[in-house]
Parts: sequence; structure tokens; C-alpha cells
Amino acid sequence: MTFYIISISLLAFVAIYALMGVWAERKISALIQDRVGPVETGKFGLLQTFADIIKLLQKEDIVPTTADKVLFTLAPVLVFTSVFMGFAVLPFSPAYISSNINIGLFYFMAIISIEVVGILMAGWASNNKYAFLGSIRSIAQIIAYEIPAGIAVLSAVMIYQSLNLQEIAFQQGIYAKSDIYFFGFWKVNTVGGFLSWGVFQAPHLFVAAIIYFIASLAEANRTPFDIPEAESELVAGFHVEYSGFKFGALFLAEYAMMFLTSMVLVILFFGAWYSPLPNIAKVQLAEWTNGTYWGIFWILLKTLLIVVLQIWIRWTLPRFRADQLMNFCWKVLIPVSFACLFISAFWKLIVL
Amino acid sequence: MENKKSTYHSFKGFVKGFTLTWHHMFRRSKTVRTNIQSDKYFEERNDNTSTLRYPHVKLPLPDISRNQLQVDIDDCIVCDLCAKICPVDCIEIDVIKAVGDIGKTSDGTTKRLHAAKFDIDMAKCMFCGLCTIVCPTECIIMTDEYDVSLDNVAAMNYHFSTMTKEEAEENRIKLAAFEEEKRIAKATALKAAEEKKGGENV
Repeated sequence: MTFYIISISLLAFVAIYALMGVWAERKISALIQDRVGPVETGKFGLLQTFADIIKLLQKEDIVPTTADKVLFTLAPVLVFTSVFMGFAVLPFSPAYISSNINIGLFYFMAIISIEVVGILMAGWASNNKYAFLGSIRSIAQIIAYEIPAGIAVLSAVMIYQSLNLQEIAFQQGIYAKSDIYFFGFWKVNTVGGFLSWGVFQAPHLFVAAIIYFIASLAEANRTPFDIPEAESELVAGFHVEYSGFKFGALFLAEYAMMFLTSMVLVILFFGAWYSPLPNIAKVQLAEWTNGTYWGIFWILLKTLLIVVLQIWIRWTLPRFRADQLMNFCWKVLIPVSFACLFISAFWKLIVL
Repeated sequence: MENKKSTYHSFKGFVKGFTLTWHHMFRRSKTVRTNIQSDKYFEERNDNTSTLRYPHVKLPLPDISRNQLQVDIDDCIVCDLCAKICPVDCIEIDVIKAVGDIGKTSDGTTKRLHAAKFDIDMAKCMFCGLCTIVCPTECIIMTDEYDVSLDNVAAMNYHFSTMTKEEAEENRIKLAAFEEEKRIAKATALKAAEEKKGGENV
């Protein structure tokens, strides 16, 4: 019974988040480009995306005649399911995690990779050259960028010595059981706050966080790495033939993916559900602002800030060319992430 | 060396771009329309919101703009000039002669004809504006209304005549009676004249 309650509430959360995410994307893009964005439907146009989704669900569900009907129908299901299953191992607060397993991070990396299969299925089954080009690009990109993402994550895991996301979260604040040090010299177990976050436990983790963030942009097919969906070249990329509910599912998966990768970034590097406020002598801010409900608040706040950052990046930077994308991944990100991995190893051996 | 320089330049470009978009994101600006002949045109376009929130705010129309047609039927003398000049025949007028003068238009012209039907089919209209030029009493004009969307094509055929069917029928009967009377009078007059003529001859 709890399983159903948790999964349905997560699904509802993801759906509402995706709607608000689309609204935020449209509003921010409008403000950046000196437009006004949605304004007519509801206060500040907040109900615009609800109207859009109602329209989308009423649309005819078209399956092209030459498409592979089984794969075409299965692809959005696979894409959304793989992204949604990633939510299973994410801790929302000290007391709340759907599945507290000791290989959480490994499971996360593995289940997210299945999205690629769904994208290939969508592109192949559409029997459309744009869709196929989009899915090929997507696969090349996601497989390439999973390496720096994985290694950046690994360098964090070497510092925390655990793959359990809840345990990683616990090690970044006042509830930590082991000793934690600010940049390796100042014990901050009782101080907490932002001083004990992952990025401040070892300086190179900040680089690892940036690498993971860049790779997560590529994995979520966001600008500047949106060549799989490049509107100006490929119409809409791998989902060009999709309409109605199936398109809605693919869109939902895309926004859920944004949230998921941002949340993992927060959990690994930016203190998970810990408050950013430290204890200062008698003013025990960290003690007062941590707990089950505070945890949910802080992690959602941090994650949504990262999502806003992703949106901001999308409307600032132009798209990479495919060869620039691969150059950047193989010649810059992978060597730097390996350097982070080595520094992590030595850090664990020498400093701590 | 070359590489280092380009890395530095792209980083500088990133920072510049993010500063620019950040600045735009939190700026409260309003829509301003400057005349293109103004020296400040491009500056003001860059500093303000591009969106015109259409149904609430409209751009002023030029005086010569051609939009929806409107007929002030009280001023119409039913001369039929508009229907004749219309290149697409979208104006249909049904004329009934009046028995006497039926009044004056606002510019003092005497009205002698009834318009039983005065229909303009805006679906056919090509907005050339010729009808407004030929109208002697300026009763057919173009309004500044251009945003018209209807879900039925038949609704685009505007009826401007205020005369009901009964009134038209009544007027027709009146006209027929009058003409009959006139014909009889004429015939009697003719007969009388002929008789007079005959009498002289005989």
C-alpha cells in the first residue's frame, strides 16, 4: 500500500513540477528576450501550461503508417519509466527516501542510461530521417558524456566512501557520524551549514561538480548540448513524429530528467537536504533549520535553483556543433575528471 | 598559446553573455513605439519590451487604412453607385421607388428611394475602398475595425437595411397602387387629349 502511495505522490509531484518547469522556462526565456511570456491565463499566466496539457491530451494520437508500431508506442513508456525510476533512490529528507539501498548511486547511473535505448527506439521506429538523425546524435552524446559524469561522481564517492545516496547526504552536515573537515583542515561536524557541504570538504570536488553539471546538461539534452533536438536543424529531433499523450510523456521525461540530474548534483556536492546556515556560537542556525520538513524544503529549493540555472544557460548560450561537443567531452572533460579522481584518491590517503 | 587565448576569450564571452541575460531578466520595461524616423528608434527598441499586448493595446491605424465597411442607412440615397463600382460585386441592393420624397440626408440631399435590401458580403470584399469614394453622401465608410473573426461565413454578410419585410411589401403595394393610379390618370389624359384632337379634326 505504501508503495502505491509513494509512487503515485512522486508521479503527481513530477507532473506538477514539469508543468511549472515549462511555465518557468517560457517566462524566463520571455524576460531574457524582452518579451512578456504567458500573461493571460491565470495570475502571471500560471495556468497556461495546465491549459496546454489539457489541449495536448485531447489531440489525436497519430502513429505514422510506415512506423514500427510496437516500438513507436513502447519508446515514450521506456523513456519516462527509466527517468521516473531514478527517483526511487533519491533522499528527500533525513527520514524520507523511497528505497534506501546501498548501491543507490550505481542504480541511478544504470537506470538513467536506459533512457538512451528509449530514444533510439523512438528515433528508429518513427521511420523519419530527422527523428533518426536526432536519436543517433543523442546516443553519441549521451554515451560520451556518461563517462565524465560517472568519473566525476566516482571522485565524490571516493571521498564519501559510500554508494548509498542517503549515507552520502548524511556525511555533509551536523548529523554526520564520521569526522568531516572544511578543506581538510577544520573539523566542521558541529558547525554544519554550507561549510560542511561536499564541495567544501575537498576543493577539487567543486571542479567535479561543474563537470557533472555540464555532463548532466548533455544527458538531459539541454542547450548548449541540445543537438539531438536542434529545432533549427532537425525540426524536433527524435520526437518529431510524436503527438498527443506520447509527446506529453516524452516532454515530461525531459523535464523530470532535468530535475533528477539537478537533485543528484545537490545530493552529491551541495549538501543534499542540509540547510546552508551554519551554527555560529550560541546562534544554532544549523540545529534549528534541519529536520524532516526542513530537509524537503532545502533540497527542493537547491534543486529548483539548479533547474533555473539550467534554464538561464539555455537562453544564453548557442548550440554546440557536434564535433565541438565531442572535442569538449573527450579532450577537456574526461582528462579533468580523471584528474579529479586521482586527487580524490590522494586526498583520501594523505589529507584525511 | 593560441589555444590559451581562445579559452580565455570564450570564458570572457560566457561571462559577458550571462551578465547580459541576467540584466535583461530582472529589468522592468514597457512597450514603447517610436517612429522609425526618430533618431532614438534603435535605442528605444533595444531598451524596451518588444511585445505589444494586442487586445489591450492597439497600434494606431493610418488615416487611409482600409478595414471593415459600415453603412449609415439613414444617409443613403440608394443611388446604387457603390454596387456598380464594386469589382467583386459584394454589395447587393434592392431598390423600391418611394411614392414621394421620404426625407433628407444629413447633407441635405432628398431621398426618393427605399433600400429594401442593402447587403455587403465582407467575405467577398477585397477592401479596395472604391465604394467609399463614389458615394455621393458619404454614407458608406471604412471603420477602424479589422479584427473580425466569425465561425459562420454567412454571418460575414452584413445587412444594413433597417426595413422589415412587411414594410417593404407595404411599400411595394403602395408603389404598385401609385403606378396604377398614375397609369390610369395618364390613360385618361391621353384619351381626353385624343378626343379633343379628334373633335378638332372632324
